[in-house]
Amino acid sequence: MPNDSRELILRRIRKALAVTAPARHLVGAVTGPSGHPPQDWLPPVPASEAERIALFEKNSLDLKTEVRRCSDAAAAASELAALARENNWKSIGSHRFALGNEAVSALGLPVVFTDQPYETASLERCDAAVSGCDCLVAQTGGIMVTSASAGGRVLSVLAPHHVVVASTSQLLGDLADAFAVLRKHHGSPPAFVSFITGPSRTGDIERILVLGAHGPKKLTVLLVQA
Amino acid sequence: MSTESVQFHRDADRLTHDLRHRALIQKALGGYYIKRDEQKKKYTDWQQARASAAAAKYEAVNHLDTYLIELSDKLAARGTKVFWAADGAEAADYIASVARGAGVKRIIKSKSMTGEEIHLPQALEKAGLEVVESDLGEFIVQLRGEPPYHIVFPSMHLTRGEIDATFQKKLGSAHADTPEELTMIARNVMRQKYCEADMGISGANFAVAETGHISITENEGNARLSTSLPDLLVTIVGIEKVVPKLDDLAVLLPMLATAGAGQNMTCYNTLLGGPRQPGETDGPREFHVVLLDNRRTALLADPEQRDALHCIRCGACLNVCPIFKNIGGHSYGTTYQGPIGSVITPHLRGLQSWKHLSFSSSLCGACAETCPVKIDLHHHLLQNRRNAIEQKPVWWEKPIFAGFAWFMRRPGLYRFAAPMLRLAAPVLHAIRGQDIDPLSLWTRTRDLPVPPSQSFKEYWRDRNAKR
Amino acid sequence: MKITLFIPCFIDQYYPGAGIGMVRILEKLGHTVEYPESQTCCGQPAFNSGYWDEARSVAETMLDAFRDAEVVVGVSGSCGAMLKVFYPELFHGRPREAEAKALAAKTHEFSSFLVNVLGVGDLGARFPAKATFHDGCHGLRELGIKREPRELLKHVRGLELVEMKEAETCCGFGGTFSVKFPEISTAMGEVKCASILETGAELVISNDSSCLMQIQGLFDRQGQKIKSLHLAEVLAQF
Repeated sequence: MPNDSRELILRRIRKALAVTAPARHLVGAVTGPSGHPPQDWLPPVPASEAERIALFEKNSLDLKTEVRRCSDAAAAASELAALARENNWKSIGSHRFALGNEAVSALGLPVVFTDQPYETASLERCDAAVSGCDCLVAQTGGIMVTSASAGGRVLSVLAPHHVVVASTSQLLGDLADAFAVLRKHHGSPPAFVSFITGPSRTGDIERILVLGAHGPKKLTVLLVQA
Repeated sequence: MSTESVQFHRDADRLTHDLRHRALIQKALGGYYIKRDEQKKKYTDWQQARASAAAAKYEAVNHLDTYLIELSDKLAARGTKVFWAADGAEAADYIASVARGAGVKRIIKSKSMTGEEIHLPQALEKAGLEVVESDLGEFIVQLRGEPPYHIVFPSMHLTRGEIDATFQKKLGSAHADTPEELTMIARNVMRQKYCEADMGISGANFAVAETGHISITENEGNARLSTSLPDLLVTIVGIEKVVPKLDDLAVLLPMLATAGAGQNMTCYNTLLGGPRQPGETDGPREFHVVLLDNRRTALLADPEQRDALHCIRCGACLNVCPIFKNIGGHSYGTTYQGPIGSVITPHLRGLQSWKHLSFSSSLCGACAETCPVKIDLHHHLLQNRRNAIEQKPVWWEKPIFAGFAWFMRRPGLYRFAAPMLRLAAPVLHAIRGQDIDPLSLWTRTRDLPVPPSQSFKEYWRDRNAKR
Repeated sequence: MKITLFIPCFIDQYYPGAGIGMVRILEKLGHTVEYPESQTCCGQPAFNSGYWDEARSVAETMLDAFRDAEVVVGVSGSCGAMLKVFYPELFHGRPREAEAKALAAKTHEFSSFLVNVLGVGDLGARFPAKATFHDGCHGLRELGIKREPRELLKHVRGLELVEMKEAETCCGFGGTFSVKFPEISTAMGEVKCASILETGAELVISNDSSCLMQIQGLFDRQGQKIKSLHLAEVLAQF
């Protein structure tokens, strides 16, 4: 390891911080209503599951995330089969996860499993990726994934169509709730976490929205009733 | 005037006369204002959210040493190699040596203003490495050999026709009419690059001390791909990007999206804390995080302006700045444009050479009003002006202001200003706008008001005389 | 109430009508007005140019002029902001800091004074015209004035007020900025003027005459017929 400037930089910082900076533009107490934390200033999140599902669906509509409600695992399997037919999938990428195992094998398609050593080139040729997730976030319409919950770092971003199979019991209120899940289930939060909020997009050309810039052009959530 | 200042005046003069550019930028930002306002309305309390965000950054910046150490330790615990770079050259040298050591030939890069700041792509190319910008806007300006126009929207100044021409010329692609077609061309080119690259380079929007993660905010997915596919990853991050707790991101990520792009959240917000861990089947096997100073500690040492380090690089201040909208991003001639650039560039690159950026503002305050972390931007411009003049008064200005002060302290003398103005007015009017007109800086483009028959002081004396 | 008038230098020299309007209104409301003749300039040109010693030297004449005033009311957002927001900054850690803070505390911009201190709305004014209102930046962002001028104008009989797109966008004057960076200043002014013309108004009103100097200067050069008046001049039409 080459010698770096750690000590020099820390010295500079400590010297600079010897003088206090005024905080006059900050409001004194920044706790939210009823002593809750600052995220309470964000758009409000309803309390009931039904309202949260409705909010997640509304956000998804704005984001162009497709949400298909499924009454149970069997319904999810037939929705997945429908997706495969509608979109003419020849091969898919996936991993082994409780909510998806049956549905994925029932497709009868070649599967590149990314929870074991795999060839990037094979995954790149897949038409779709089917994964699980850690949780869904109602406030943003987002999906939190980690390597463990979504088959690695690449699966959910490489294929042109990403399908998430999730349970309504995974639907949380806001990002702070999602971070709490991260701490609870993973102890020291894992090396890779991503919040996916809609299909990939860009506005770089004349500020006009185009979907599918580099990541998936289509994002579908199969929301299975718990 | 410094050479930078001369160039600035030239470029600004040219762009302010470019009505096509003016209309293009107005149109490009029109949609942003609407979406931003819609999104802000949804907040329970946007002003309180700003205060929370400001408080989180204040805590981070004012205990920077503590949090950087915590960040570094937590990253290292997962096998990340952390390198502290005092300046741009040190950072670029380190990254080049990492690349050389691993026999890297092809680099895929996601957006990093910090990388721009230290001219990293150029340094790597000089070392014989291919560096491809994966972000669509950055890719376009890279092909054109231009710097980014805006820290968030690098190709905002270009029409689809111009982009199509560039793609045809540089990629040999077929003619494409729509933004959709052009985006697909870039997508197809890039997919090859992601899979072939030996090394990825990324920037970071935040760095979480509590958990040891860098955080990347994007819409396209190019950063996720650049940081997941290659075997080797280097992330460069300014030391001021640190935030104390993971929960701080619960407020900062939505606010960055709202202020920066009028979105609820951007498409991908990714936390990276280490290379491929036991149990992971993909991801880089080697992960380096380069913490960059490059004169951020100098800004830190100015307690009056320290809050400029709170900046989350959302670009909102650029989007509301009437100067930015009229002169365009390239006129600034430096990495950080708009109000934040005008505040920090004199600190990062030299006060006397770059003070003109702090002077070229009407101080309207729209920037400070919009800043999601409540940086006192327009007042910092005033402070930079004061500092520049204290250090080195402008030789011909000093006597003028000394004369101004001398005159204004003498109300007896000042009484005669009005009659003088009335005498001079017809002459000035006759020569207005011409070279011999001493007020030509005004009258080249605008008329002056006709002095009234009575000043207020004269009216007041008359009124008292009558009573 | 005894009200001490703050008449900025360019109002005195170029736009005395704004000050005279203020006098008429305050006297109509039954107050006594006084005007310390020793006031000249608030010092903002030197301050904005970075010459704070010179600015302080000029500002001291204001501290002297208003020392005995109970309440100080001025017709300019930008000069009002200089006294109210920047004088404490300018005198921070220096002799006479307490006086600067005291002056800041007792200074008011005219429309804010009428609405927030005197609690008046209808002055009995009449001015038939189609008009639009330009928010001077210092008044808007340093002093928080937005609602007050509109509150007063809505009672003016015959006045039709239409809001322009970008009412809050800077006109480009910015004091010395207008001559240090005349090209940028002019471009900003052109955008503002286009926004005003789009409303179809025959009159543009503002609480800052310096903005009107820029806006009217451009309109005159363009040969446009549209006129401009300070808020106090419109409200004093009774």
